[in-house]
Amino acid sequence: MARITAGVATSHVPAIGAAIDNGKTDSDYWAPLFKGYEFSKQWIAENPPDVVFLVYNDHASAFSLDLVPTFALMCGEDFKPADEGWGPRPVPDVQGHPDLAWHIMQSVVQDNFDLTMVNEIDVDHGLTVPLSLMFGQPEKWPCRVIPFAVNVVLYPPPSGQRCYDLGKAIGRAVESFDEDLNVQIWGTGGMSHQLQSERAGLINKEFDEDFLERIVNDPAGLAQMPHIDYLRLAGSEGIELVMWLIMRGALGDKVKQLHRFYHVPASNTAVGHLILENSEK
Amino acid sequence: MALDKPYADVPGTTVFDAQQARNGYHLNQFCMSLMKADNRERFRADERAYLDEWKMSETQKQAVLDRDYNAMIATGGNIYFLCKIFFCDGQSFEQAAASMTGVSKEEYREMMLAGGRSPEGNLYKGDKANG
Repeated sequence: MARITAGVATSHVPAIGAAIDNGKTDSDYWAPLFKGYEFSKQWIAENPPDVVFLVYNDHASAFSLDLVPTFALMCGEDFKPADEGWGPRPVPDVQGHPDLAWHIMQSVVQDNFDLTMVNEIDVDHGLTVPLSLMFGQPEKWPCRVIPFAVNVVLYPPPSGQRCYDLGKAIGRAVESFDEDLNVQIWGTGGMSHQLQSERAGLINKEFDEDFLERIVNDPAGLAQMPHIDYLRLAGSEGIELVMWLIMRGALGDKVKQLHRFYHVPASNTAVGHLILENSEK
Repeated sequence: MALDKPYADVPGTTVFDAQQARNGYHLNQFCMSLMKADNRERFRADERAYLDEWKMSETQKQAVLDRDYNAMIATGGNIYFLCKIFFCDGQSFEQAAASMTGVSKEEYREMMLAGGRSPEGNLYKGDKANG
């Protein structure tokens, strides 16, 4: 049977991808950030997943205002890095896992979560920056990846509770898949940041530290946080953090925190990162 | 019944909600068109003529020509769409954010390096430090 062995949470700031692609990871500005991922790279080399279910959001790269799915599950065989306006990132294509993706689709929809099914899509920095942070710059990504996009651009995004419950449904779906697979679930985006208007640059360390604590130890309580708290306290783009609750919902009630990292700034954003080992059920 | 907007009292912030998305539809779709290299070239060659191909208001077109991002946001632009314009100009998110907050890019970068804009005084309209 497939099993979810671990969860990874990380920010997905595009400037981090640019720093990696342009060989600037040792600079004074970037070195402290990449130091926070050294443990993670070693850990994932020692605990390689077969499949990563990667929760991210598209940033008006694949989804314009033509159509905006709240939850989109990518069931295709492979996905190219998107051209976000300055050429695609020089990273490998992503290999999907259609069998598992279709299984999750069928299971989760029948579990009352109406997903949009996608075969063809280019994946933007929201997906590729976390892969780069965890795996570095390989010729080929070392595992399959099922991209899962959440609308957090056009208000309202799904609620934290909805995301947490959906994570649980995804967890049930993975565990009912016959093939013996080591699956990790990653939740990306955040932490506090605001990219727009006069309040741009908002960072709320106190909010972020509390979120990092509660997503580990009080996810059910955290899931009840209303949108307005994210918008007001974590900045208009900080609402991406609801995606971490999908990751957390897919794990068991008890998890073991293997790694926690927090850093300000990466461009306009507070970077948060967790590695959580799933409890035995 | 009017849409509930509990975020209306968050200072210096425009939430990209249904009303904004409706007002900004053509502006944002124009931005998306800049994802294609040949459209970027046509836009650069004659910005006004390119903008006139879109059903945008005159205020929106002027805001684009002026690169006034706050004015674009006020008329329905969303930052993930508007960034196609400043990428086209070879600018970063940091530079664009600086322009929206009315400080130089050096001052903005210093603020971020010092831990970012503090939430203190920046959570409710009417707080003393607003902006």
